[in-house]
Amino acid sequence: MNVYAREPFDTIDTELSAQDPWRGFLPGTWTREIDVRSFIIANVTPFEGDASFLAGITPRTADLWEKLKLQLKAERDKGGVLDVDVSTPSSITSHKAGYIAEDLEQIVGLQTDAPLKRAIMPFGGYRMVKNGLEAYGFKADASLDKVFPKLRKTHNDAVFDVYTPEMLACRKSGVITGLPDAYGRGRIIGDYRRVALYGVNRLIEDKQTQLKSFELATIDEDVLRAREETAEQIKALKELVKLGEIYGFDLTRPAVNGREAVQWTYLAYLAAVKEANGAAMSLGRVSSFLDIFIQRDIAEGELNEAEAQELFDHFVMKLRIVRFLRTPEYDQLFSGDPTWVTESIGGMAIDGRPLVTKSSFRMLNTLNTLGPAPEPNLTVLWSEHLPKGFRDFCAETSIRTSSIQYENDDLMRPYWGDDYGIACCVSAMRIGKQMQFFGARANLAKTLLYAINGGRDEKSGAQVGPTFAPVVGEYLDYEDVKAKLIPMMEWLARVYVNALNSIHYMHDKYMYERIEMALHDRDILRTMACGIAGLSVAADSLSAIKYAKVKIIRDERGLATDFEIEGDYPAFGNNDDRVDDIAVWLTETFMGCIRKHKTYRNAMPTQSILTITSNVVYGKKTGNTPDGRKAGQPFAPGANPMHGRDKNGAVASMASVAKLPYAHAQDGISYTFSIVPSALGSTEEDRVNNLDNLLSGYFLQGGHHINVNVFDRETLVDAMEHPELYPQLTIRVSGYAVNFIKLTREQQLDVISRTFHGASN
Amino acid sequence: MAHQTNLLDIRDAHGGAPVHADGGHAHPARRPVAHGFVHSKEAGGAVDGPGIRYVLFVSGCPLRCLYCHNPDTWHMRKGKETSVREIVAEMASYSNFLKRAKGGITITGGEPLTQVEFTAEIFHAAKAMGLHTALDTSGFLGKRVTDEMLEDIDLVLLDIKAFTEETYFEVTGAQLQPTLDFARRLSAKGKKIWLRYVLVPGLTDKLDEIEGLAAFAAELGVVERVDVLPFHKLGEFKWKECGREYKLAETEPPSGELVEKVRSIFRDHGLKAG
Repeated sequence: MNVYAREPFDTIDTELSAQDPWRGFLPGTWTREIDVRSFIIANVTPFEGDASFLAGITPRTADLWEKLKLQLKAERDKGGVLDVDVSTPSSITSHKAGYIAEDLEQIVGLQTDAPLKRAIMPFGGYRMVKNGLEAYGFKADASLDKVFPKLRKTHNDAVFDVYTPEMLACRKSGVITGLPDAYGRGRIIGDYRRVALYGVNRLIEDKQTQLKSFELATIDEDVLRAREETAEQIKALKELVKLGEIYGFDLTRPAVNGREAVQWTYLAYLAAVKEANGAAMSLGRVSSFLDIFIQRDIAEGELNEAEAQELFDHFVMKLRIVRFLRTPEYDQLFSGDPTWVTESIGGMAIDGRPLVTKSSFRMLNTLNTLGPAPEPNLTVLWSEHLPKGFRDFCAETSIRTSSIQYENDDLMRPYWGDDYGIACCVSAMRIGKQMQFFGARANLAKTLLYAINGGRDEKSGAQVGPTFAPVVGEYLDYEDVKAKLIPMMEWLARVYVNALNSIHYMHDKYMYERIEMALHDRDILRTMACGIAGLSVAADSLSAIKYAKVKIIRDERGLATDFEIEGDYPAFGNNDDRVDDIAVWLTETFMGCIRKHKTYRNAMPTQSILTITSNVVYGKKTGNTPDGRKAGQPFAPGANPMHGRDKNGAVASMASVAKLPYAHAQDGISYTFSIVPSALGSTEEDRVNNLDNLLSGYFLQGGHHINVNVFDRETLVDAMEHPELYPQLTIRVSGYAVNFIKLTREQQLDVISRTFHGASN
Repeated sequence: MAHQTNLLDIRDAHGGAPVHADGGHAHPARRPVAHGFVHSKEAGGAVDGPGIRYVLFVSGCPLRCLYCHNPDTWHMRKGKETSVREIVAEMASYSNFLKRAKGGITITGGEPLTQVEFTAEIFHAAKAMGLHTALDTSGFLGKRVTDEMLEDIDLVLLDIKAFTEETYFEVTGAQLQPTLDFARRLSAKGKKIWLRYVLVPGLTDKLDEIEGLAAFAAELGVVERVDVLPFHKLGEFKWKECGREYKLAETEPPSGELVEKVRSIFRDHGLKAG
């Protein structure tokens, strides 16, 4: 028998199922109702120590990871897509079992019957599927052409049936971009933990009770929709049971040990990514939940630390290979084939205890055992009350891998409690109790140009916005531009919210996320998650108009297409209230415009200041702006100051971003921070402490989110080859600061050798 | 005041007459200065003292170190005239951040003691806000620091550039003794010191001299850590911009082994060296 071999599940199953799955757990509300939070609060063991208990990679994991790495390389060598099943529309039960190496895998389950083989999901939009296939040298099975769209209408067909000409014009010009009208909206987190804690049968019973609760005197459209959705949820849960059977598990009952808890949770998540190709398919907040099962196993002598780490490593390997078939246009918007399998780690309980467990460490430790990776998107919910040992481990891991993002739990906990998770990058939602209607984003910089040009697009010349009076005269006047900007923002918010209403109405109708919503409560909070891009460009433009003189240069069409700035102006990112107040004003004002409109299903309106990598595309679609940014140049990502304009140091930049009000951007405010290790301190200990210090300071100021990049050697080498991508990369060597890309090649090489294996370490 | 003026008009250290350091207690009745000359500011430094710091680079320096990486800070009046009030207001806006980030304010340069009243007032305001204060200095003008000013300084980042008068003069064009006197004074007052030593091959790599410095530092009893900073040429382009000849163009950074060896000399004297 292979030493690595997994025991056959039929044997294991009979023995284990005799065990009481809840043995040793303290009871609470969770024993009577579906309430995972109550289970966690009653049973979690916060861990206040440091990382020294962690185990390394096991030989079995190393073996498996090597095999998977070969497949990942093959995928890259093939231009990004290894294989596609071109004939089987994906569903929870569409494919037979698939494995990377069955005898090695402790946690099993793939989206199709082979690793990295992508499935097609035509219900979002068949044209997207066809284009995606063709772009990578595949061809859709002919039988599908007969089905779509003749026999089966898709979400994409439906949205375009109802879009107004105005919405289409905004979409085309790019003043609104990235709308989820041809692919899954995502940003819904099923409470996948419920499957492990309760087993599917209990969840079905609960849903059946809910269905009964919709037997009402008046069966109107709302009730009909609720009944249909609940019925679909029950069907999806039954399919989840079948998915379990395909892999040899009985998901009808709760998990009886740690390994099953991980496996059950993963299969529930797998069902979601087999059914929906959402832009972001986030995992939720599972580590400390799973910890309760794993610690019980360890206490029972059934599991050791290496085996516990192995469960996380194998789980994470699966999460790293979640794939969707996308089109090149989509990749342009969100480059790097992202899936945003976001896992939220840490945070504090309402009762004051940290929700950090040994498994919070184990999850982060996968960045050491398996090496750095963008997925799963590991997100630390930061609080100044988190144990120092954990904070140090986070900082150490950030410095080594640049693979962690941090979000301010002290800021969010009052809004969302202590069992929320992050969907995608910055969107907080109570797990199983809240979802969002993802709304991509509106381009504020372009909106400003529309205000100046009376609603005409600065590139095409088309009248996209309403025909308001354009700015006349040679110079821009602050009060005049502001007075024209407000009605333009009002107009944009109206078109935008109505477009989102159209999309989400049709998404619910044609591409309902059955399994994800089956893992939610009956009554949930829905948010209409709008967003803005180009905040710092718009703020700097207004600042230039107010504090410098901006001369308009008009083209032959009479459009303001270029600007000359006379004098200096304060730029966002320098902790200067003159311009920071403008950024705050823009945020609050646009949110105010959004709030005026009725939303689909009475969703609560919110907005994010987030672009991910779409800041590049937004920049391409936007002409010259009054801040001096040239046409086509990328915007700064998210809420970041514009490249190179934040000149007073990291703390000044953070202070400006932290002024943006979370109350008016409850879908999140993203900030990306990059630093070289030597700028954090001369010793490893200094660097860890100082990263911790920076995070503490930033979050105390009210900062919401921060991406921490501590650049490694490879990044600096890349920055030498592609300086345009690293405009802000600053290096410091005690008392000296310089922009990396301004050094000569020789000096850059010097820095690289100095920073990484240099004398200074 | 005469001395200060001389220092500001300083010529290249390796030409002209030697520089004297007896700034002394030239200002018996301290009167507030409203302005100083600032080269630059950085909110968020992490390598000039503990935690995250607001770092103020003042302009003006009496030394002409061959390896200086900030020659653009030598002349006081090339800095931007900035009011104390403006600096204090800015510091205040970061005060909560800096405290939470276990940091404070560092005044460096240039040589902060060329504008001693300006530096003193900012430190005084920083202490009033409860901020940790660090002075980054060569110590050459240490006599200018009054006992009163010293009370507002928590930490001195003391850059001792060599440990014999000959080498010190070769590196800086000035005398070593004032720095040693200042170090002893800090020791007598129980002020914490972080010692900095820039290691330049062929210039400051004499091991017996370093041995002497280590013994001296250990004897002070207040040196919390020693940073041995390997020479680098990142400031070379600034010399060109200032139209000056960079005499260390052919000098290479020290090897990793040499740096480690020098650190171990300090460690052998019971000092924490990194």
